[in-house]
Amino acid sequence: MFGDYSLGDLGSIFVMQGFAGLILFSVYVLMALGLAIIFGQMGVINMAHGEFMILGAYVTYLCSGFFQAHLPGLFPAYFFVAMGLAFLASGALGMLVEWALIRHLYKRPLDTLLATWGLSLILQQAYRSIFGAREVGVELPAWMMGSVQATDTIEIPINGLFVMGVTVLITLAVALLLFASRWGKQVRAVMQNRVMAGAVGIDTDRVDRTTFGIGCGIAGIAGAAFTMIGSTGPTSGQLYIVDTFLIVVFGGAASLLGTIASAFSISQTQSTLEFFLSGSTAKVLTLLGVVAILMLRPQGLFTLKVRR
Amino acid sequence: MKLPTVNDNPFMKPMEWLSLLVLAALILVVLPLALDGFRLNLVGKYLTYAFVALGLVICWGYCGILSLGQGVFFGLGGYCMAMYLKLEASSVENTKIQSTPGIPDFMDWNQVTALPWFWKPFHSLPLTLIAVVAVPTLFAFVVGAAMFKRRVGGTYFAIITQAVAAILTILIIGQQGYTGGINGITDLRTLHGWDIRTDSAKSILYFVNGGLLIACILIAQYVKRSKLGRILVAMRDKEDRVRFSGYSVASFKIFAFCLAAAFAAVGGAMFTLQVGFMSPSFVGIVPSIEMVIYTAVGGRLSLFGAVYGTLLVNWAKTSFSESFPELWLFGLGALFIAVVLAFPNGLAGIWRQHVEPRLPGRAKPPAAPTVLPHGAPAE
Repeated sequence: MFGDYSLGDLGSIFVMQGFAGLILFSVYVLMALGLAIIFGQMGVINMAHGEFMILGAYVTYLCSGFFQAHLPGLFPAYFFVAMGLAFLASGALGMLVEWALIRHLYKRPLDTLLATWGLSLILQQAYRSIFGAREVGVELPAWMMGSVQATDTIEIPINGLFVMGVTVLITLAVALLLFASRWGKQVRAVMQNRVMAGAVGIDTDRVDRTTFGIGCGIAGIAGAAFTMIGSTGPTSGQLYIVDTFLIVVFGGAASLLGTIASAFSISQTQSTLEFFLSGSTAKVLTLLGVVAILMLRPQGLFTLKVRR
Repeated sequence: MKLPTVNDNPFMKPMEWLSLLVLAALILVVLPLALDGFRLNLVGKYLTYAFVALGLVICWGYCGILSLGQGVFFGLGGYCMAMYLKLEASSVENTKIQSTPGIPDFMDWNQVTALPWFWKPFHSLPLTLIAVVAVPTLFAFVVGAAMFKRRVGGTYFAIITQAVAAILTILIIGQQGYTGGINGITDLRTLHGWDIRTDSAKSILYFVNGGLLIACILIAQYVKRSKLGRILVAMRDKEDRVRFSGYSVASFKIFAFCLAAAFAAVGGAMFTLQVGFMSPSFVGIVPSIEMVIYTAVGGRLSLFGAVYGTLLVNWAKTSFSESFPELWLFGLGALFIAVVLAFPNGLAGIWRQHVEPRLPGRAKPPAAPTVLPHGAPAE
């Protein structure tokens, strides 16, 4: 499959596909971060995670419409507002869902899967009723369009760079929150031993709710980033949910570093293969590879040493 | 004092014989008399899903393995059957307008000029009938052996089976020339020269389907009552103790998973025969999860419940989506949540708790209903 290209061409192809893969990587990382927090730290399988992401995408869509109609002067900056609102909207819905549904099911992880799948069906239908079945696109501000010409054959889209930057910032923020803040300590304590954490005075219910809310909120930001690479429809989230779960499992459920590493390897493999093979074959090969590696190493790439 | 052993346990209690009789009467007598041909065919289609639900009762309810990829086995069984029927429908005389006569029409449209090797065995009916059960079961064996030998279980297993379902769907859709792509394998006509599209053929197929379903219930009942069934339950509740007692946990899990796959495959083949086509829309993640909900609604610990659950959910789906299409997804979603939160033992649980104690001839309340397991073994 490499035979038809010269060495220089191949280099450019790899770099270009690498950057195309980076946007996919960003969405994957943001989705998977939220899921890694929820699944890795709390053991809840949130099948509605894709729908939380799409909520963020719809918020971005509404924001872009609102700024265009009422505040055209501020339009270039709307994306930052949209990301904030997406975080808040998805996070608030997440906390509501935790309170109404998830907290009754902490001892039955497989049942959270069924219940959140039901939730995802309801949310999908709600989006369809509110926004219509047609996919909507978001208009980007002028400064995000276009690309940087790195060399003659390599150009890098600006929105890709921007999404990358946002992803790095959020990842750092999550790492700081988890490993340096009081909340992070509490989350990790609850994850390692719920009963003991309660005994030393941590309000485990509240920690659970915030954790779930933050995980869903990050999915909302992922949705805002998602509007740049695809159009938003009621079922767009469902396409990503299996990939994201595989990323989290592949990386080692409780490891932040593992999540990033696995999102990177999966998105890059897929994006590079996509250039040489058809999209569906690339996806099949990537997923098969992941499943095969998981069979050899079921605990994932990175594992935390936790006494079980 | 003699302790009760498995051998003292009758194959079925009187109540269960009665349930079987009621179900058999409903499927084989009442429904055929009460419904017209079109509706009966529809019920026949629902009943093919009941095979999957039955398998899930053994695999999920009794053994604690939640598979979100049962659609894969349903689909593989269905595709095996469809490949035979398609080859029969694309004889050289029927396809002489094609540039390559004698191969299925979709292959011709996709510039495939020779029959691929994996289609060749499906010229023969006996080989096809073996393949219908053997291919999905072998596939389940490979997946199960790889997972369970490495002690992958619970949520991880669920996610990986889901990925397998996604992979197979993408593969079928992508390889259009070999599989018929997203449209699936359509325009099926005869089974060994017997036209399956006529009304009489459809009603015969319905009865064959019903008979097979009852046979599968009996097989599942046998497994459930045997010592094997006891070990399955023990593994679900305390896997480590079973392992430390010297049983090979992985082998038993593989068996339960393969049995569920074989049931699903029979269902898939009957689906193809009755509905007349097979497509990737019955393979992927969404149908696989829907099949789990049939079991959950019926009661994951009840073989009969699974059949009733399947009929009920599908009946609701058909009637809702006929009259209020936009409400159906809300209803299905709410059903998932309600079953999980309020009725974890499904219809069978409601029956055992509220109806059975009030039946005449039951002065004292029966023993406490089987407590729902905590889904996955604690990890």
